[in-house]
Amino acid sequence: MSEPLIRLRGVTKQFGEGEAAFRALKGVDLDIAAGDFMAVMGPSGSGKSTTMNILGCLDVPSSGAYLFRDHHVEHLGRDQRALLRRRYLGFVFQGFNLLARTSALENVELPLLYRGEDKRRRHEMAMVALEKVGLVPWARHTPAELSGGQQQRVAIARAIVTHPDVLLADEPTGNLDSERSVEIMELLTDLNRTSGITVLMVTHEPEMAAYARTIVHFRDGLVESIERKPA
Amino acid sequence: MRGAGTRLLATTALLAIRAIRRHVLRSFLTVLGIVIGVFAVVTMVTLGKGATQSVHDQVSGLGANLLTVLPGNGPGRGGGGEAPPPFKPEDVTAIRGQIGGVTAVAAQAQASETAVYNAANWSTTVNGTSDAYLDAQNWKLTAGRRFSADEEESGKSVCLVGSTVARNLYPGQQPVGTTLRLGSISCTVIGVLATRGQGGFGQDNDDTVIMPIKAVQRRLTGSRDIRAIVVAADPAYDSAAIQLSIAELLRQRRNIQGGKLDDFTIFDSRQIADTLSGVTGVLTAIVSAVAAISLLVGGIGIMNIMLVSVTERTREIGIRLAIGAVGREVMLQFLVEAVVLSCIGGLIGLVLAFFASLGLSAMLGVPFVFDPLTNIIAFAFSGLIGVVFGYFPARRAASLNPIDALRHE
Ligand SMILES: Nc1ncnc2c1ncn2[C@@H]1O[C@H](COP(=O)(O)OP(=O)(O)O)[C@@H](O)[C@H]1O
Ligand SMILES: [Mg+2]
Repeated sequence: MSEPLIRLRGVTKQFGEGEAAFRALKGVDLDIAAGDFMAVMGPSGSGKSTTMNILGCLDVPSSGAYLFRDHHVEHLGRDQRALLRRRYLGFVFQGFNLLARTSALENVELPLLYRGEDKRRRHEMAMVALEKVGLVPWARHTPAELSGGQQQRVAIARAIVTHPDVLLADEPTGNLDSERSVEIMELLTDLNRTSGITVLMVTHEPEMAAYARTIVHFRDGLVESIERKPA
Repeated sequence: MRGAGTRLLATTALLAIRAIRRHVLRSFLTVLGIVIGVFAVVTMVTLGKGATQSVHDQVSGLGANLLTVLPGNGPGRGGGGEAPPPFKPEDVTAIRGQIGGVTAVAAQAQASETAVYNAANWSTTVNGTSDAYLDAQNWKLTAGRRFSADEEESGKSVCLVGSTVARNLYPGQQPVGTTLRLGSISCTVIGVLATRGQGGFGQDNDDTVIMPIKAVQRRLTGSRDIRAIVVAADPAYDSAAIQLSIAELLRQRRNIQGGKLDDFTIFDSRQIADTLSGVTGVLTAIVSAVAAISLLVGGIGIMNIMLVSVTERTREIGIRLAIGAVGREVMLQFLVEAVVLSCIGGLIGLVLAFFASLGLSAMLGVPFVFDPLTNIIAFAFSGLIGVVFGYFPARRAASLNPIDALRHE
């Protein structure tokens, strides 16, 4: 096992102040190895999404340390976190979150725009990503013309088009039937194996979690247990 | 990094146009204020410039700089007091003889008479003056000849008719050679004057009959009084200096003591032109103020629609932020959108203004003067409005929390 890519140490997250204060995370310790495929499970409200948001640098912990490639990132400002996301992270959401009335290709090109890639290179890279998710023939279609499974695959292409280190997916199959869900899981497994991308995924379903190599169980804002499958 | 920056700007401009195209009608209504504002300002300024130009054209059409000397202090004579004495022929001779830089000096006596030819009659102004008057004003004839020295000297009853008089009394006829009755006297028409059009104050310059001054004095006014002296200044000389020396000379001749005010006034045609330009300037300023309010309202409209847009596209903003857009990139996108919107409004306003001022200047009889600078400034200003009023919504978009934005329905 290599050096952990990500380390959380005593991470807490408190929402609100005073009387209304609520501690969603109460001291999370977690190591994530580069190249891991980790499923995060646990009851509703146990802090899975809060943890994912912190891991994805969309949010900051109230206390504790977050080391990304041995760098402390828990105190980074808004723009620095944005640049970190741009460079190292890719996101897949439960609700797909594609730009409406915008073709699959343009959706996938979007992150490259913020990287300052020129038009030709954007097109090239986006087509490669669409190829990986098997949607080249659908490149010119808008989300409204695609099925849920296809939309989620466009979202995955958008997440991986910049070759991030980590793909974060909060309940990526939550809006899909089991057949489409399996397709998505197979795609994530494949990306994890062939591209070596670290996948962090929240799921409620044990069948989906079964695709992961490591399963983390959350309860009441704490890591309850970690299962690691033998290699 | 700079290359990436411009590329981003180009791309955001494209995104902006796409976003605007998605809501054509709404976008149009949004920019209506800008359209009206730019339209009003540019049309007014263009017409104003045309009017100014036409005044200047008329003044330069007069040839040299014209100084008109009138008795009295200022245009309207204040009530009471004695009427200032009129000028005498000797004053004219003195100016001609003693003032340098003067190319022509003409005395003028005036009478209002009804001109009659055959059954037609026409009320007009009879101007008693000399050939020098025609020289001073660079006034040509379309038919006939000017006065001879002998006719001027002896005050013969000959006359030149203005084109308005000719048109009204001699429809389809040649006036030269006919005998025209002016009130109780009659004169032989020896020439027809070229059309000069409206004067700076809207009076018809062509509604006149010109006779030798001695004829008018002897037969119509019955005195040697001179109503006005017209002096043409050599353009090479400073007309203000000439004006001063004429004033000095006349003060002496009219015996005005040191502290007393002039009892005559000298108008400089160039000053009159400047005054008229000033009037157009004031009008333009008033309309511009109205237009500025319209632009302000237009700006608020843009701000409003941009705020709506930011709310509608909260999720999109969340996606962009999650993907790694930094705040100022999101801000730039919305700012560019606001600027593109307002620039489109400005452009529509400019196009409308172009055609409106083309049509209106034809209707008003002023030349159409397309002024690129006015158009550029108006356009730049509409862009500026986009920046100013797009700033607040854009900043709001940029400061959204990505997690909340992504959750937004
Ligand atoms: N922005 C917030 N403000 C207040 N409470 C929050 C906020 N986000 C999450 N919570 C609370 O924190 C707890 C953990 O939420 P979350 O991490 O979303 O749980 P889940 O494991 O279901 O993803 C929940 O009780 C939730 O209500
Ligand atoms: Mg959740």
